[in-house]
Amino acid sequence: MLSFSAHVPLRDFTLEVAFDVSEGCLAIAGPSGAGKSTILRTCAGLVKPLRGKVVCDGTTWFDADRGVWVEPEERSCGFLFQDYALFPHMPAWQNVAYGMRRVPRAARRRAAHELLERFGVATLGDAHPRSLSGGERQRVALARALATEPRVLLLDEPLAALDATTRSAAARELGAALREAAVPALLVTHDFTDAAQLGDEVAIIDRGRLLQRGHAGDLAAAPASSFVADFTGASVLSGVAHPAPGGLTGLLLDGGGEIFSTDRAGGRTAASVFPWDVTVEAAGSPLHGSAQNSLAATVTSVTPVGNRVRLGLSSPQPLVAEVTQASVQRLSLVPGARVEARWKATATRLVPL
Amino acid sequence: MTRRTRRAFFTALLVGATAITLCFLTLPVAAIFVDVGPRELVASLDDPAALDALVLSLQTTLLAVLVIVAVGTPAAYLLATRGFPGRAWVLTLVELPLILPPAAAGIGLLAAFGPQGIVGPALTDAGIELPLTTAAVVVALVFVASPFYVRQAQAAFGSLDRNLVEASRTLGASEARTFARVAVPLALPSLGTGLALAWGRALGEFGATLMFAGSFRGVTQTAPLAIFERFATDFTAALALSAVLVALSGAILLVVKLLAGRTAAEHALV
Repeated sequence: MLSFSAHVPLRDFTLEVAFDVSEGCLAIAGPSGAGKSTILRTCAGLVKPLRGKVVCDGTTWFDADRGVWVEPEERSCGFLFQDYALFPHMPAWQNVAYGMRRVPRAARRRAAHELLERFGVATLGDAHPRSLSGGERQRVALARALATEPRVLLLDEPLAALDATTRSAAARELGAALREAAVPALLVTHDFTDAAQLGDEVAIIDRGRLLQRGHAGDLAAAPASSFVADFTGASVLSGVAHPAPGGLTGLLLDGGGEIFSTDRAGGRTAASVFPWDVTVEAAGSPLHGSAQNSLAATVTSVTPVGNRVRLGLSSPQPLVAEVTQASVQRLSLVPGARVEARWKATATRLVPL
Repeated sequence: MTRRTRRAFFTALLVGATAITLCFLTLPVAAIFVDVGPRELVASLDDPAALDALVLSLQTTLLAVLVIVAVGTPAAYLLATRGFPGRAWVLTLVELPLILPPAAAGIGLLAAFGPQGIVGPALTDAGIELPLTTAAVVVALVFVASPFYVRQAQAAFGSLDRNLVEASRTLGASEARTFARVAVPLALPSLGTGLALAWGRALGEFGATLMFAGSFRGVTQTAPLAIFERFATDFTAALALSAVLVALSGAILLVVKLLAGRTAAEHALV
């Protein structure tokens, strides 16, 4: 259990946030320069806030009012840096063994190799960081962060340093590692999709303020402000994947309905679709065009965002569509209206849950 | 002139300037070795006074370099990693001996540590007599050579990836352990270069030593002072001793650079 509040003056604004994470992973998502990294650094003791309080498992790490300050090395935070910050002058196993203060010196090498093995990089123990790929570095860095048996895991843009091809696999592994580690985790990212995939809960931050916190789907479907609406982007639908004719993947959605995707997946899977790919048609109108996915839905909210209108839909899972003001009038889109939400299988991304 | 001839002209200009620079810089060094035959070289080493001077030079410079590294490394780390009011002034003070004329440095050392100096009487009361002793040579060497090391070390620590230092802290390492296990190993190539520069400067040090420590054979007469003494009476012997000193300095510079280069290659990032 991590309880956090801080007041840190930054260059253009003041970071003023308070939250707690009892279990699982809280993903804080927001644009660059919103104060995300400062939150992590404050938690780890690398930044000293003006006011605030950081308490982890009943131990106070920082309390401005009582003058409590615990040095970073005494806090037991596992910190995964954005560029992984592996020590270039040590082979991978020494990087992992670096923080093993409680393991006897003679047993550290073996313990480090066991951790590396858990992350599938046992053969890279003697390799130096410069010879590792981005994905391998992430695994070594994660093994190193967990080697100290931390009480909270802090992850700074864990996927940002990876290229597109290794990203989805790395995200999947990271998600599994977070669940296995079973410590509260705090993750920051500028990408809502990453946050939705890795966080059990997502909080949106802008200019040093937490704007909204909740499950990713709820944030996208019922944004508290236009900033959140704009930032959340894609809708996320969960279900069970199965092979479908034509090389497609079918997804039987929780709560009813079935959609199709050109991505491949199996088992528990989440589908994401961008609001601007979803068209809204009158209820009961026949499928024409090339859109293969069609869900009967009820309009739950109508929020203007600039020259667009964001529709919150219940299908019954939350789904978001963006349409023009003209369409809203033509189709009489008001909360409670029955519609068909349609989009193409090619616009449906599948991510494992 | 066509574009091609202009380009050729410019290349010729660069080559010419480089050739002049190289000739000018290497000619005096080469002349030492051309002028002195192997026989004189061996004979000069037979001269007990010359040998004393060389041994004293090695001893005092080694001691000075040890002091510089032991005190200069942590000081450079502080200057590089902590911000404090007046930091720019402190950095300037550290570099001051670099531009100080050797004669002024000698006078300054006397004014500070001499019998009538600022802290001299206090040292005398404590039973420490500095001027005209071997210890005075080391003090003079540390004074003139330390900025070469401290400046280089400070730049090396300043350019360390902050993330690596912070990663070490979050992994449970104290500031001291981070300094020893992360900062120093990563800065090692630059520290080696700084050490070579400081050592070279110390080996060649002349003016401040002469004024502050004097030139007594076996006590304060280092190799450069011995060369100066022979210069008036026996030019060949001065040349021979110079040749040995140049070879020694060159060898030290080369060895330290090679060692530093090897660690640098081991640490090389992508």
